Amino acid sequence: MSATAPHSSEEYIKHHLTNLTYGQHADGHWGFAHGAGDLAEMGFWSINVDSMLFSIGLGVLFLWAFRKAAKTATAGVPGGWQNFVEWVVEFIDDSVRGSFSGKNPLIAPLAMTIFIWVFLMNFMDLIAVDWLPSLAGLMGVSHLKIVPSTDPNITFGLSLSVFALVLYYSVKMKGVGGFVGELTLMPFQSDNKVVQVLFMPINFLLEGVTLIAKPVSLSLRLFGNMYAGEMIFILIALMYGGGIALGAFGGLLQLGWAIFHILIITLQAFIFMTLTIVYLDMASQAHH
Amino acid sequence: MNFNATLIGQSITFLVFVWFCMKFVWPPIMAALEERKGRIAEGLAAADRGRHEQELAQKKATETLHEAKQQASEIINRAEKRGSEIIDEARAEAVEEADRIKAAAAAEMEQEVNRAREALRGQVVSIATAGAGRILKRELDASANDELLKDLVARI
Repeated sequence: MSATAPHSSEEYIKHHLTNLTYGQHADGHWGFAHGAGDLAEMGFWSINVDSMLFSIGLGVLFLWAFRKAAKTATAGVPGGWQNFVEWVVEFIDDSVRGSFSGKNPLIAPLAMTIFIWVFLMNFMDLIAVDWLPSLAGLMGVSHLKIVPSTDPNITFGLSLSVFALVLYYSVKMKGVGGFVGELTLMPFQSDNKVVQVLFMPINFLLEGVTLIAKPVSLSLRLFGNMYAGEMIFILIALMYGGGIALGAFGGLLQLGWAIFHILIITLQAFIFMTLTIVYLDMASQAHH
Repeated sequence: MNFNATLIGQSITFLVFVWFCMKFVWPPIMAALEERKGRIAEGLAAADRGRHEQELAQKKATETLHEAKQQASEIINRAEKRGSEIIDEARAEAVEEADRIKAAAAAEMEQEVNRAREALRGQVVSIATAGAGRILKRELDASANDELLKDLVARI
């Protein structure tokens, strides 16, 4: 696929769902991938430049805006932006207090970073699908995927980081023995030592799946919702090529889906945050 | 789904962002919120205190007013009593004075009467003497005596 506009519907969709990937080609030179073949050549050690740029850009935007409010935060009458930031902070703080029973200064800032960052990344979904990629096309960039949360690398990057924190706090709070015990001594228990030893692999399998399911479900839920939403936007965008009547209907559909999507992007960000808090709460408790 | 190094990049970015948020964003905002919470609590407490003080002041004012009223009525009572006393005293004094004046007048009158009586007595004696002299001069003229005596008696 080249930088020129794609022609068939299939090509159009494929084009929209391909990241701008930078990596090492088979012949040894570094450059952007142009198609599935290139991607396969590059393997793991390549990077989705568009996802990273938008993800970091949105994260920096979030931190810059909130830092601005934090720097000028006073106990007096808050201004408009400070008021909004305080509202968000109180909302997050309430959620953390409701779900996290222990005391940990990391949890609330972590939850806020996840919520706002994921929300902003999801929010890119509401920008019409062709605007930024077309602009990039004019500037000679072949592919551009502007919604970072439709890239599984991004969602898994988040959830695996959360998973690392879960493992860290599990070991820190329960000790290695306690954590291993939690994985192997439940749910099947027996007073007979031999039977208990026999139960251990079964327990480990069950608990291990439960443990691994946490980051996988966390990231796949976000990725799936966003990917599907993006796909529907792309399909609606295809209707614009089908004449005036179909185009007008497509416009109506896009408006409706975008409005409904506002709910989805907020909800997905909130779910990601809440589940992170819950997982970390379970990790921090001695018995669950 | 192509997994590549974006995964690692995103993880590192995420941890850096969380660290930044925990270090520079969350604490100042929370501190401001806590401080405001404290200020509001303080303000409410001050308002409560003020209300309580106002209640006390009102109570005290009512008490003072009541006391003042009582005092005023007491003063009026005393003044009234004193007034009637003064009137009584004045009346008694006046009666006494009148009695004194009356007594003095009576005494003076008696003196005058006595003096007049003395003077009359003197005159009667001189008249009697003169009458006796005349009688002795006219000798035994009974009718003349009689006339003289009549004249004497008329003069007394």
